[in-house]
Amino acid sequence: MSVRQWSRDLGMGARFALAGGREGWTRALLTAVGVGLGVALLLLTTAIPGALAERDRREEARSDHTFGQQEIPKADDTLIVVDSDTIFRDRDVRGRMLEPEGPKAPLPPGVSAFPADGEMVVSPALKELLASRDGRLLRERLDYRITGAIGEQGLVGSQELAYYAGGKGLAERLEGPASGARIDSFGNPDLGSPDPWDPVLLLLVLVVFVVLLMPVAVFIAAAVRFGGERRDRRLAALRLVGSDSRMTRRIAAGEALAGSVLGLVLGTGFFLLGRQLAASVEVFRVSVFPSYLNPSPLLAVLVALAVPAAAVLVTILALRGVVIEPLGVVRTARPARRRLWWRLLLPLGGLALLYPMMGQGDDGGNFNQYLVVGGVMLLLIGVTALLPWVVETVVARLGSGGVAWQLAVRRLQLSSGVAARMVNGIAVAVAGAIALQMLFAGVEGNYTRASQYDVSRAQMSADVPEGSDAAPVAAQYRDTEGVRKVTTLSDFHLGDRREADALIQITVADCASLREVAKLPDCRDGDLFAAKGSEYDGDSERLAVPGTRLWAESEESGRAGDRTVTWTVPRGIRQAESREDPTGYERGGLLITPGALPGKLKALMSTRLFLSVDPSVPDAYDHVRNTAARLDPTSQPMTWHSIESNDRYAAIRTGLSVGAACVLALIGASLLVSQLEQLRERRKLLSSLVAFGTRRRTLGLSVLWQTAIPIGLGLLLAAAVGMALGAVLLRMTNTSVRVDWPSVLSVTGIGAGVVLVVTLLSLPPLLKLMRPDGLRTE
Amino acid sequence: MTIPAGSLLTAQDLRKVYGPTTALDGACFSIHPGEVVAVMGPSGSGKSTLLHCLAGIVMPDSGSITYNGREVTAMSDAERSALRRSEFGFVFQFGQLVPELTCVENVALPLRLNGSSRKEAERTALAWMERLEVDDLRKKRPGEVSGGQGQRVAVARSLVTNPRVVFADEPTGALDSFNGERVMELLTDAARSANTAVVLVTHEARVAAYSDREIVVRDGKSRDMERVV
Amino acid sequence: MSIGHTLLGLLESGPRHGYDLKRAFDEKFGHDRPLHYGQVYSTMSRLLKNGLVEVDGIEAGDGPERKRYAITEAGVTDVARWLATPEKPEPYLQSTLYTKVVLALLTHRDAGDILDTQRSEHLRSMRILTDRKRKGDLADQLICDHALFHLEADLRWLELAAARLDKLREAVTR
Repeated sequence: MSVRQWSRDLGMGARFALAGGREGWTRALLTAVGVGLGVALLLLTTAIPGALAERDRREEARSDHTFGQQEIPKADDTLIVVDSDTIFRDRDVRGRMLEPEGPKAPLPPGVSAFPADGEMVVSPALKELLASRDGRLLRERLDYRITGAIGEQGLVGSQELAYYAGGKGLAERLEGPASGARIDSFGNPDLGSPDPWDPVLLLLVLVVFVVLLMPVAVFIAAAVRFGGERRDRRLAALRLVGSDSRMTRRIAAGEALAGSVLGLVLGTGFFLLGRQLAASVEVFRVSVFPSYLNPSPLLAVLVALAVPAAAVLVTILALRGVVIEPLGVVRTARPARRRLWWRLLLPLGGLALLYPMMGQGDDGGNFNQYLVVGGVMLLLIGVTALLPWVVETVVARLGSGGVAWQLAVRRLQLSSGVAARMVNGIAVAVAGAIALQMLFAGVEGNYTRASQYDVSRAQMSADVPEGSDAAPVAAQYRDTEGVRKVTTLSDFHLGDRREADALIQITVADCASLREVAKLPDCRDGDLFAAKGSEYDGDSERLAVPGTRLWAESEESGRAGDRTVTWTVPRGIRQAESREDPTGYERGGLLITPGALPGKLKALMSTRLFLSVDPSVPDAYDHVRNTAARLDPTSQPMTWHSIESNDRYAAIRTGLSVGAACVLALIGASLLVSQLEQLRERRKLLSSLVAFGTRRRTLGLSVLWQTAIPIGLGLLLAAAVGMALGAVLLRMTNTSVRVDWPSVLSVTGIGAGVVLVVTLLSLPPLLKLMRPDGLRTE
Repeated sequence: MTIPAGSLLTAQDLRKVYGPTTALDGACFSIHPGEVVAVMGPSGSGKSTLLHCLAGIVMPDSGSITYNGREVTAMSDAERSALRRSEFGFVFQFGQLVPELTCVENVALPLRLNGSSRKEAERTALAWMERLEVDDLRKKRPGEVSGGQGQRVAVARSLVTNPRVVFADEPTGALDSFNGERVMELLTDAARSANTAVVLVTHEARVAAYSDREIVVRDGKSRDMERVV
Repeated sequence: MSIGHTLLGLLESGPRHGYDLKRAFDEKFGHDRPLHYGQVYSTMSRLLKNGLVEVDGIEAGDGPERKRYAITEAGVTDVARWLATPEKPEPYLQSTLYTKVVLALLTHRDAGDILDTQRSEHLRSMRILTDRKRKGDLADQLICDHALFHLEADLRWLELAAARLDKLREAVTR
């Protein structure tokens, strides 16, 4: 077979794909858009690792200080950095106060000049936020003059909120509780490589990728078959004028190739467009700059080659089942029944690949990445292989019903393959999502834990600045909008002698606040109590005896400590039963009301406020944060959550949700396209059915059944395979297998919702097609 | 034009414009029960539009259509659909059989739309198929039968509800003359014996010869030949 | 129609009396115009003279003379030759109708009217033929169809002519 012949046939096919009048164009465009969306998603996926690496790199480049880093002396190339991070609503704001100590002080990345005292440079997103009505509260908090912007190199995302403020006398703050350091350069090369990924997390990531990409592949396969029936008819016409069956196959391949290449072009376009759009969106608090999203060249080339190849392959495979004769596609009474055995081999093979890794999740056991990916892929492909068989088998047994039902069932019986193909993508996506949800729910316990905080008693805590009197600070918080109650607890420790062996915790608070830490019989200012019942009060009982002399422990209580301060435990101590404070801590030692505390001990106290916030007051948390910032710009009041989760785990779950949403939207779009195509092909029939009086409702219902039956079967199969895969994955991570029914139902529900939306969207065109105009001969 | 007494279906001064083309420009029509009327005229003259208007498929821009004393143009879409379901039958040139349903299911379809049970509908359908000599095709799908057979199935379907009027739009257009005439013969025989009126749109004189009289549509205007001669 | 050849053809199935021949002819071909016996007689004597038939026997009876005729070898050959020779296609120049249509156009009358009226008239005949066809046997059907197709052809020609002459008139009057 000569190369010229080949290229001629392929070229002919390409021309058919592009030059078929309006009809041809529409079909080519549909295919191209379908393939393009898939390609864009693939490119995006290949770009994500790079984007995350780039974020990491920039994060590292601007890192300033770490715990336990070497202290360096003041010099003309040093800079004082103090953290002043804050939270606005639910968004993190990265804040740093800077004070250069000499002309050669290092500038942070993206900043061209140090802001002076009372000034700041901000990220574009923060600038926008501050200028908006919404940012009013934050503007009060960041009460600096904006003198510049932080450049892209200094930010990890386009939507990141960050600022650098100038400060004075920051060196003093380094002595206090504020987090900061004196540095001579940004970007800490000694940070070391990040922790290696936990194998279970790695497993999750791998599975997420496979689960998201498989439906895209299925989708692309479906997209290149848009307009298949019409194409078959055209090929038959070609056979009539003398092309042989090999030539028609090559021409069909040429068509598919043209469509997919057009799709690649569109896909690149979509990707570039999406890349620009990416700058303006923030997905689950992660935003990126367009420049981050560069697909790795190797993967991009792979996509560029694999997509057309797959398109041609799918076309050739699809043509295998049809005999194209000169007088039309052969009127086969009924295609051969689908066989079950090889379809079962795929998921079984997948299970076989995964089986050897059962129970390796614990103790840093490693999973073979290839086996994981291969096994999961085979299982999911198994869904697409089994579904046509399931649909055919079930539909063949469906019995009688109303007219709408009969129309739908008969159509499905005649073309169950088309129906199955339409829902394959959804089934795969749902199966994957169910498996993942199960895996997540199963391992959730390992990566999130309920925090000790009792959020019903207090929702925030704030430290009183070192050396300040607690009472006025507490008063300021109490006057803050949205604060219901302030519990003030001051602590320090006293030892049994100078070089203390045993320590006793002293808690100073007024009666109301003390009731938060112990059950008091009655209480007046001047009372003393010994807390009982705590598991941490090993030495307390011995030391909390009247007459015992106690020494202030300077190492413990910081610079305010004075070794010479001593205190003798007075008489009149009453017993009180300890209870958990709002942080979940049950304390022992002595509980003292301020009236019983000698003045000389006051300097030892470090004070923490627990704030109970009225959730019905809008922005109550931010009012508190504003108060805190007013008192000390570097203070960071804590907001309590009942659950803490591992950040990386949360990121994966986030990625899954976003990806699944995109994939389902994509599949919904393809479903709609093929639905509309089918309707268009039946335009004449629909019109004549309406002519002899068929109710529109009947036809609409039949369209719904026609989609709902295969979708129902697809979702059932998907749920079964998904749960099997989920169970296997859980076994692999050594987690007990438990079906997470709510998530199974919600995922299948979302799948069903997509179908419903598609049906609803296809109703207006259906109604339009049912207009009698369709009867007019063209 | 005066309406002849005893008319089942009449139309007065119908006008219908599709975009730039005027399909009907003052067409009139009337038919008696059991009468076969051919609508003739060159292609593009408005024959099919006249049929679509008479059958209540398309609403004319102006003019009135009366069926059995009721004004069709005043009916709602649902009412007209119900009318078509129960009182009218349809045969088109092609493409009207549902390809997924077997022939007998196709014939039974109008009955089922009217609410008959499946069994009963298919029994009646089979009787009509016997009458049109296609009962041996009952298990076959439309794709598996010849054009002439398919058209006979369609005729059986148009008659299965015992309609008062059958609308046939070029019913033999896709058939050779032998099959075409056989279909016409069966259609008109069955219609006459059931006192069903037939509105027959055709451009073939030999097909029109099966009618009792003809009207001619030219440039959207109708001409009743019986009253002219 | 060649009566001689037709009668010869009827004899091919076996010898017949003259009267039988007439009856067979009338039954099969003579729907509108039954054959006179004299025609049969004169035709048979011509055929006899040309050696295409021979007398198989004579029966004397109360009626007319009853000669039985049989076809000769030469007669069979002659029938075969006749059947094999195509008829000359007759160019039916529908002169009257053509004249009417052209005149209508020239005098700015509506040619469509003439067409419609003529079609109505044609259809009237066609209905009668169709009706006869439906009630008749196969032979009836074939003969009626022949007539129907001819009538239809007339109508088609008329329609075509009217459409073309419309254009022609436009060209002429411009």
